[in-house]
Amino acid sequence: MVPLSAYVAVSAVLFITGLLGVLIRRNFIIVLMSVEIMLNAANINLVAFSYYLESMAGQLVALFIIAIAAGEAAIGLAIIIVVFRGKISTNVDEMNLLKW
Amino acid sequence: MVLVFFSYFALVSIVAGVLTVALKHPVHCGLALLALLLHVSGLFILLNAEFLWAVQVIVYAGAILVLYLFVLMLLNLKTDDRYFHSSYLYFLAPATLGSLYVLALLLRSPFAGAKGDAPTVAVLQDGDTYAVGIKMFSEYLLQFEVVGVFLLGAVIGAIVLAKTPKPIKGERKG
Repeated sequence: MVPLSAYVAVSAVLFITGLLGVLIRRNFIIVLMSVEIMLNAANINLVAFSYYLESMAGQLVALFIIAIAAGEAAIGLAIIIVVFRGKISTNVDEMNLLKW
Repeated sequence: MVLVFFSYFALVSIVAGVLTVALKHPVHCGLALLALLLHVSGLFILLNAEFLWAVQVIVYAGAILVLYLFVLMLLNLKTDDRYFHSSYLYFLAPATLGSLYVLALLLRSPFAGAKGDAPTVAVLQDGDTYAVGIKMFSEYLLQFEVVGVFLLGAVIGAIVLAKTPKPIKGERKG
């Protein structure tokens, strides 16, 4: 029997990995991929608690998170295409149009 | 036996996550992300969530990742020499120390709590898909509809953003 804290530990390691990816990568597409890693870590947590605490609510919220991730990927990639069309770069440091 | 499968899925998903962040070429990062998603879906199987397993494989690995790879191929990116942020070493050490501390705290805590109304035996009787469906279309109906509206908005937003802008004829004065 695998203890619940093992699942929580895997989820925590994946979340930290995704957070580091958001902070240190310069390519905008990889930053979005790191956000997907973080959402997956949250999903592992929700499903593990749903199994060990015997409630279906965690799995339903995980389903909604997958739907949100799909929308986020579509919008994010559309924004990347728009920015790339103008500046020929996906470097996050060069996207400073909204900075003041 | 479950322990063997759990350690395999957990180790490979962590390694794939680290590779997604650390690899240089964006397409390689996408393929590492694919390995991560498939092994996370394996963890869902171990937790009796086979409906979520199917959704993870179809939606994440089938739709979202294909979208990422499609955009990567479309843009034809060149890899930079410096692909990390210039000051990433300042993040790395505090993040590692902090995550080790969080892990030590997590492994010590008991996580006991009030049990819900879906024990494993009841879920396994009719299958996970049945249990998720009954719950989703009774208690979570409003959230389900809201997610439908959200996805419609995301589709319209993506089309509007990615559409090629037309050149403006007849300039207006003012």
